[in-house]
Amino acid sequence: MNRSASRNLRYGLTTALAWTVAILVFFPIFWMMITAFKTEEQAYQLSVFFTPTLQSFRDVFARSDYLAFAGNSIAISVGVTVLSLLVAIPAAYSMAFFPGPKTQKLLLWMMSTKMMPSVGVLLPVYLLWKNIGLLDTLSGLIIIYTLINLPIAVWMTYTYFCEVPKEILEASRIDGASTWQEIVHLLMPMSLPGLASTALLLLILSWNEAFWSINLSSAHAAPLTVFIASYSSPEGLFWAKLSAASLLAVAPIMVLGWLTQKQLVRGLTFGAVK
Amino acid sequence: MQLQAPAFSFGKLALACGFALTALSAGAATTLTIAALNNPDMVELKKLSPAFEKQNPDIKLNWVVLEENVLRQRVTTDIATNSGKFDVMMIGTYEAPIWAKKGWLYPMDKLSADYDVNDVVKTARDGLSYGGKLYALPFYVESSMTFYRKDLFAKLGLNMPEKPTYTQIAEYAKALKEKGGVYGICLRGKAGWGENMAYLSTLVNANGGRWFDEKWHATIDSPEWKKSVNFYVDLLKNYGPPGASTNGFNENLTLFASGKCGMWIDATVAAGMLFNPKESQVADKVGFAMAPSGVTAKGSSWLWSWSLAIPKSSKQEQAAKQFVQWATSKEYIKLVASDLGWTSVPPGTRISTYNQPEYLKAAPFAKFVLNAIQSANPNDATLKKAPYSGIQFVGIPEFQSFGTVVGQSISGALAGTTSVDAALKAGQAAANRAVVQGGYQK
Repeated sequence: MNRSASRNLRYGLTTALAWTVAILVFFPIFWMMITAFKTEEQAYQLSVFFTPTLQSFRDVFARSDYLAFAGNSIAISVGVTVLSLLVAIPAAYSMAFFPGPKTQKLLLWMMSTKMMPSVGVLLPVYLLWKNIGLLDTLSGLIIIYTLINLPIAVWMTYTYFCEVPKEILEASRIDGASTWQEIVHLLMPMSLPGLASTALLLLILSWNEAFWSINLSSAHAAPLTVFIASYSSPEGLFWAKLSAASLLAVAPIMVLGWLTQKQLVRGLTFGAVK
Repeated sequence: MQLQAPAFSFGKLALACGFALTALSAGAATTLTIAALNNPDMVELKKLSPAFEKQNPDIKLNWVVLEENVLRQRVTTDIATNSGKFDVMMIGTYEAPIWAKKGWLYPMDKLSADYDVNDVVKTARDGLSYGGKLYALPFYVESSMTFYRKDLFAKLGLNMPEKPTYTQIAEYAKALKEKGGVYGICLRGKAGWGENMAYLSTLVNANGGRWFDEKWHATIDSPEWKKSVNFYVDLLKNYGPPGASTNGFNENLTLFASGKCGMWIDATVAAGMLFNPKESQVADKVGFAMAPSGVTAKGSSWLWSWSLAIPKSSKQEQAAKQFVQWATSKEYIKLVASDLGWTSVPPGTRISTYNQPEYLKAAPFAKFVLNAIQSANPNDATLKKAPYSGIQFVGIPEFQSFGTVVGQSISGALAGTTSVDAALKAGQAAANRAVVQGGYQK
C-alpha cells in the first residue's frame, strides 16, 4: 500500500515536471500564435483576451508572395534530404561494415566541422558561389545545406547500420548479392525507421536554416526564413505581422513534426536508448 | 585566378549532380533587383511600384525586403565582393559617403531635367555627397525632435518653448513624474551605434562635445561627455521608465503612444505615427518642439535619410537610375498622397512637399520636421572643430564597431552594472584603439 502510494507520488511528480517543461517550451510558440491574430497595438499588451482578427495575415499576403517562398523552402528541404541520404548511406555503409583503422577518427573529424561558426567562412563561400554562378539559386542553397548537414546524416545512419547484424549481409554476399543489392534490398529495409528519422531531421534542419539562406539568396531562391526576416523593423510596430509571417512559415513543418513525432523522438534519442 | 580553377570544376560537379533546378533564364526585359528596408514608407513604395512598371514596360522589378541590420550586412557583403546581385540598394546617410569614397557607387549625375534636384532638401543632399558629387537620392529624411503631452503640460501649468534647453527638459521631467502621473521622459537606452549612441551623440554635441578632436584623439573622457552621460543617466534613473537600458525606438513609441511618457526625444518619423489615431491613444494630445539644446544648438538634432543608391556592380545603371529618380520624384509623392493621404507621404526629401497646403493642413508637425532637417548640418555639427562628418555618428567605417562598444558600456551604466566614469573610460579606450588601428590618428 505504502509502496504503491510512493510510486503514485513519483509518477505524479514526473508528470507535473514533464508538463511544466512542455508548457515552458511551447509557451513562445503559443504566444506567437495568439499575437498573429492580434492588431499591432494589442500585440504590445500582455492580455490573452481580445477579438481575433486576420488583418496581419491579410497584410502579409498582400506584401509578399508566400507561396513562392514556401515553394523554395520545400524544394530546398527535399533536395537536401535526398542528396544527403544519397551520400550518407554509402558512406555509413562502408564505415559500419568495413571500418578501417581511421574510421573512428574520421567520424569525429566530421563532427568537428560543425564546431566552426558559419560566419567565419561566409566570405570565401560567397566568393566561390559568385564565381560559379550559384548565388541566389536553389542548387547553391541545396549544396551548402547538404555540406552542413552531412556530418549529422552520416553519424545517424552509421549508428543505425551498426545495429544491423553483420551476418545477414555476409549471408547475402555468399548468395551472390552485389553491394548495390545488399544496400537496397537488405540494409535499407532493415534500418528503415532509422533512415526515416534521419530524413525527417534533415528536412527540419534545412527548413529552419537561416544564416546561409539570408546571405546566399536574394530575389529568386529565397526560402521562408528570408520571408520572416523581412517583417522585423527598427522603426514602427511590427510584432503582429512578424508573428503572422512566422506562423505561416513554421506551420507546415510543425504539422509534419506532429504527425511523425514517434520517428523523430527515436531519431533524436538514438544515443540514449542503446 | 588560382582560386577560380578548382572552384569552377567544383561548380561543374555540382551542376552535374543534376541540381541546377532553377538556372535563371534571362528574359528580354531588364530586371532590376532592389534591396529595401522593411518600414512603412518602403512597403508603400513596393505597393505603388506597378505604376512605374506600367510606365516602363521593358523594366521589371524584383524586391528583396529585409530588416535593417540584416539588410546592412547583406548589401555590404554583396557590394564588397562585387557580386552584382542588387541593382538598387537602400542605404543610409552613414554608408553613402563611405561607400562613395571606396568607389562602390555610381554618382547620381545627369539626372533628368524634370527631376528638379535643387528641390531636394540641401542638408539631405550634403549628407549623401562625397567630394562634391551626389551618390544617392533621399527617399525619406528624418531628424530628431521633442514630443510632449500638451494636456499634461497645460494641467501642470508648464510651457514648452519652441526651442527648449536641457535644463528646462530636466525640470519638466521632474514635474511630470512627480505630479503628472507618467514617466517624465523616455529616451533610447538600448545599446547600439544607431540606437542609444544616435541620441547621445546629439546630447554631447549640444553640450559642446565631440567624438574626436582635430588630431583624431578620442574625447570621450572629456568634461562634456561626463556632463552629458551623467545628465542622461540621472534623468532616466530618476524620471524615466524602468528598464530604460533596453528601450529602443519601438519600445519608446509604444510607451508614448499608450500615454505612459510625458516627453520623448527621438526621430521625426515618430510624428506621423503618434499623430495617427489608429496607432496612438494620445493622437490629439501630442505637442512638438525642437530637439533640446545645451550650450549650443549645433548638432543637437540628427540627420538621417534612407536613400536609394546604385552599386557599381550593377549592369543596369540606366534602368536603375530611372527607377531611383521615379521613387524620389515629386510625382511619386503625389501618388502616395492620392493613395494613402498627405500625412503618409515620405517626409523631409523635397521643399515642394512643404509648399503643399494639403500637406501642411494634414500634418501639423510638418514645419518642425522641415526646420529640424534644414538646420542639421552633418559637415558642421560640433561646437569645437571635428575631423569627421556626421551628427549622430562618425563617418568612418570603424564607427559601427566602436560606436556599439561605447553604446554598450553606457547602457551598462544606465542599467547600474557599471559606473559612468568606468563606462566612459572603457569607451575612450575602444574609440582610441579603433582610430589608431585605422591609421587616422596623427
